Amino acid sequence: MPTFVYMTRCDGCGHCVDICPSDIMHIDKTYRRAYNIEPNMCWECYSCVKACPQHAIDVRGYADFAPLGHSVRVDRDERKGTIAWRIKFRNGTEKNFLSPITTKPWGQAIPKLADVPGPSKEMRDGELLYNEPKYIRMDDGGLRTLAAAGLKLKMGISY
Amino acid sequence: MAYETIIEDGIDVLVVGAGLGGTGAAWEARFWGQNKKIVIAEKANIDRSGAVAQGLYAINCYMGTRWGENNPEDHVRYARIDLMGMVREDLLFDMARHVDSTVHQFEEWGLPIMKDPKTGRYLREGRWQIMIHGESYKPIVAEAAKKSADKVFNRICVTHLLMDDSKDNRVAGAVGFNVRTGNYHVFKSKTVICGAGGASNIFKPRSVGEGSGRTWYAPWSSASAYGLMINAGAKMTQMENRIVLARFKDGYGPVGAYFLHLKTYTQNGLGEEYESKWFPALQQMVGKEYLDPEASHLTHRPIPTCLRNHCIISEVNAGRGPIHMVTMRAFQDPHLEEVGWENFLGMTVGQAVLWAATDVDPKNENPELTTSEPYVMGSHATGSGAWCSGPEDVSPPEYFWGYNRMTTIEGLFGAGDAVGGTPHAFSSGSFTEGRLAAKAACKYIDDGKGEGIVVSAEQIKRRMEEIYKPLEHYRVYRNEIVAGDVNPNYINPKQGLDRLQKLMDEYCGGVTVNYMTNEKLLNIGLKKLRIMEEDLESLAAKDIHELLRAWELKHRHRAAECVTQHTLFRKETRWPGYYYRGDAMKVDDANWHVLTVSRRDPKTGEYTMEKAPCYHLVSDEKSL
Repeated sequence: MPTFVYMTRCDGCGHCVDICPSDIMHIDKTYRRAYNIEPNMCWECYSCVKACPQHAIDVRGYADFAPLGHSVRVDRDERKGTIAWRIKFRNGTEKNFLSPITTKPWGQAIPKLADVPGPSKEMRDGELLYNEPKYIRMDDGGLRTLAAAGLKLKMGISY
Repeated sequence: MAYETIIEDGIDVLVVGAGLGGTGAAWEARFWGQNKKIVIAEKANIDRSGAVAQGLYAINCYMGTRWGENNPEDHVRYARIDLMGMVREDLLFDMARHVDSTVHQFEEWGLPIMKDPKTGRYLREGRWQIMIHGESYKPIVAEAAKKSADKVFNRICVTHLLMDDSKDNRVAGAVGFNVRTGNYHVFKSKTVICGAGGASNIFKPRSVGEGSGRTWYAPWSSASAYGLMINAGAKMTQMENRIVLARFKDGYGPVGAYFLHLKTYTQNGLGEEYESKWFPALQQMVGKEYLDPEASHLTHRPIPTCLRNHCIISEVNAGRGPIHMVTMRAFQDPHLEEVGWENFLGMTVGQAVLWAATDVDPKNENPELTTSEPYVMGSHATGSGAWCSGPEDVSPPEYFWGYNRMTTIEGLFGAGDAVGGTPHAFSSGSFTEGRLAAKAACKYIDDGKGEGIVVSAEQIKRRMEEIYKPLEHYRVYRNEIVAGDVNPNYINPKQGLDRLQKLMDEYCGGVTVNYMTNEKLLNIGLKKLRIMEEDLESLAAKDIHELLRAWELKHRHRAAECVTQHTLFRKETRWPGYYYRGDAMKVDDANWHVLTVSRRDPKTGEYTMEKAPCYHLVSDEKSL
């Protein structure tokens, strides 16, 4: 559903330009406001809609199969850690949904691996990844191997 | 042209494309290479790039070994039957035995994973799937990648891999341009981990006009994983194994949660069950080994996805369409109704927009399903990609050459869509593959394999001229015409994409021919692709944005050529429902229970095709 931008709400801040995965939100040179330069390469992923501080970006379903008169609006609140959706049908029906987007404060829960103790030579030469084997099963179990599983790889047809 | 050349030198690990595979690679590389220089080059912005840009509502690959739910080998058997036997079981086993550690980290990083209130375990959608509130899945993994990388270059369209001028077949970095400034970027690196995407939009889509952006796989998945690696001379595998998706019509909204969690089911236009009546004839085509409904019923062995597609296609062709998803019963339960809608809002908002526009409330009517145009990729339920080495302790000799997930080019590794033979990795498995590739890349460097790389000034200059050629071509010929896009000396990227999609559709088994092709058609297709390649030298880009589309088209074209070569090579119909070889309509295990491997010679453009043995995991009586 290609995006479009309301003229009176957009202040040309460029957040949408910065985030669009398809490189199709650009600033119009005359109006100094954003617009979708290539609607047929828009996935309706809502990245720009979520990023717009002015709620200036909306989506109108693809013209080749979606009739007019609907809306799906979103408010993503990083501070609260929630995302709120409002779906409005062509016939006026409304549905509202609210979901969490994270369980932790942003920027704090992920360690910097440059600061953790580096791997031993034994780990380097073996098959374990960072935090393994602990994180595989969260107990003392080890990494699965073919021998432990009583398996081998056999060439040819097996079903 | 006044574009600058920006050289980033002395890189140890260059990650090209930071979706789930690339972010996993960048994150993990820091642990194994604490003093190494790790750099990301990404076409968009890593906070919202790749297939997971808009979020996910499920993680489709989680073993649950900590709760005794599954072992890695169970997942290997599942992927094997779903892909009609054609998988790399060493790579699959390796991914599956590590994937849970990835998911447990995601939870620690703040990804909301739903829990079963009774057991406290992750809430299962199906045997392999767990349900998440994944709107911010990509921003979360991007944060991890940023914490590990020395530098992140957003908005760089990587066009080519750099090759070592002192040693044949060794990678030396990558080049590309900034899609905003137009500047030329050169990354000199000892290793490259290709995390770029698979291919949407190489076959003509069902939708027309605006709606052609509502592809199942993201429109920015421009086959760059394949374009980059094939052009560098890497061997590819299973490129014929395109995937067709049975999805909600037009919006391509996902059906997994509907089938598995909501327990909805399909029926034909007359309200009848239709699948089982196609099974006897289908069994004649594929053999009882691959389709045995009674055994499947007793053992819960899945019926391969392609075969279920075949039933939909056949039923619609018999005049009893459309196929409906029966949602009306499930949606009476308010909890299930909420899950049904949030499933779309979490990963395919466009489907919610479409139902709002067409007043489809699945509580009151059963929505239509259809089969999509084909896609070529390696992380969802199909396994196209590069021919990569497996892990030392698992892989047989034909599958092992020193470093896990290394392609046949030294120092070039893959993750996600880039790795062939590893379907059903999905988001968590792709991230895990990135981690595996990163560890191996660091080891490659520590072993001294990346020493003495030479990149000549000539190579850098040659690639630069190649990159900007479409801009130059436009400048030279634009004023020959008054206005518009019709010019006898050039085509623009959109015109080229239309041509590619039309010929792939008609000759390589797209939707308008009901996924049917044969040797004659494929040979015509290859001829047209060769002529198209000549015309790609006359591609014109009026600005930097069109230059991005020009290079995406070139990558798509190369991937499409490889797909056609592979489809021609495999003389059987291995996956009815994905495509049909009309001149060989049966599964032929005697001759084709093998993986297909290709290499395009970068100098001549000629393809060499070979069969590689298929190894399967079986019980080792000796060790029992």
